[in-house]
Amino acid sequence: MITRRKILMLLPAAAFAWKYVLAGTPELSPNYSVKEHWWGMLLDIDKCIGCGSCVRACATENNVPEGYFRTWMERYHVSDWQQETPQVDSPNGGKDGFPPSTAVGGKNFFVPKMCNHCADSPCTQVCPVGATFDAPDGVVLVDSTYCVGCRYCIQACPYGCRFLHPTKHTAEKCSLCYHRITKGLTTACCENCPTGARQLADLKNPADPIHEFVKNHSVQVLKPHLATGAKAYYHDLDGSVR
Amino acid sequence: MHVSKFKDAEHLVRLAVVCVVVFAIFLLVRAHFVPKSFGQYGHFRGDALAEQAAKPISYAGHKACVDCHADVVEVKKAGKHAGVNCEACHGPLAKHVEDPAAVVPQLPDTAVICARCHEENIAKPKTFPQVVSKQHSGGEVCKSCHVPHSPLMQPGDKKS
Repeated sequence: MITRRKILMLLPAAAFAWKYVLAGTPELSPNYSVKEHWWGMLLDIDKCIGCGSCVRACATENNVPEGYFRTWMERYHVSDWQQETPQVDSPNGGKDGFPPSTAVGGKNFFVPKMCNHCADSPCTQVCPVGATFDAPDGVVLVDSTYCVGCRYCIQACPYGCRFLHPTKHTAEKCSLCYHRITKGLTTACCENCPTGARQLADLKNPADPIHEFVKNHSVQVLKPHLATGAKAYYHDLDGSVR
Repeated sequence: MHVSKFKDAEHLVRLAVVCVVVFAIFLLVRAHFVPKSFGQYGHFRGDALAEQAAKPISYAGHKACVDCHADVVEVKKAGKHAGVNCEACHGPLAKHVEDPAAVVPQLPDTAVICARCHEENIAKPKTFPQVVSKQHSGGEVCKSCHVPHSPLMQPGDKKS
């Protein structure tokens, strides 16, 4: 028979067990608070020279396997009157630069592509095991110990930013160099961009130059109609870019 | 004879005990299988953030270069390459920063590295300085005429 005395004796044990259930770990770094940041990136098409430095730097920094890309470059050729059907090439993701173009006339420009770190990311929404998640600082990450390699996220990403790692068989993507930005460094692609076409932006930091830039320039995200809350902001983005 | 309204109350108690035991087992199993840091920041394993953040870096960052090579930065300041970070040309050098004596960076080949940015391409911004290197120098290394850190002509040569 359960008596009041027995229940009272069980209470401390239950409290201990509950504490074990709820127990967390300390903050990830003493100098970094996830709540104080909201990361994005500014990509200035006007400044991009298609050198591929970002692609090479990303591959080195993040051990991206050959033939796969966390960031890549595209070269657009929009012939006159054919805004809807641009010709796009991206030889080896632009890693080795671009050969001279055979295009004549029209509009020609480079577009650096990467994960848009969407605030309402489709990839996070479809992950059946909760391996992909939105960190509180606005970075979309993959917990590879949870990932079962089902590829749902790869199909869901409207920007084509994900791939399945050929040997680990888990989903991979741009981590916005989380191991760098939490140490106060910029991302590898931004660090190596010679023209400043890529700028890491902390939208929660009122002193970040992005606020002044956005105020004074035309800025657009990719596929805004999908309402993904993309945080890769493009300056002077042409309407033909997909 | 007194007939209690709750004559069979013992059955209910037994049922309640079973429920409590099952719930307790559920809590224990959950505590065992759900990582402790799950839910710390949101619906994911909180430790995943720390694991991502703990990965080693390859590029040391511009500040690390400035700390030791302030003289080069001073030269760069005056020229067109003021905004180009060191590692963009010299490569990933976090290991050099850790142990400058053991890891000595190789000088980049200017015939290759300059062309990556300055080789003419129709898609580059029109204002960006571009050359067709075959016509411009005939394959000669750029630094025989230009100073890479402040890319005008070498001192003593005529500026063109």
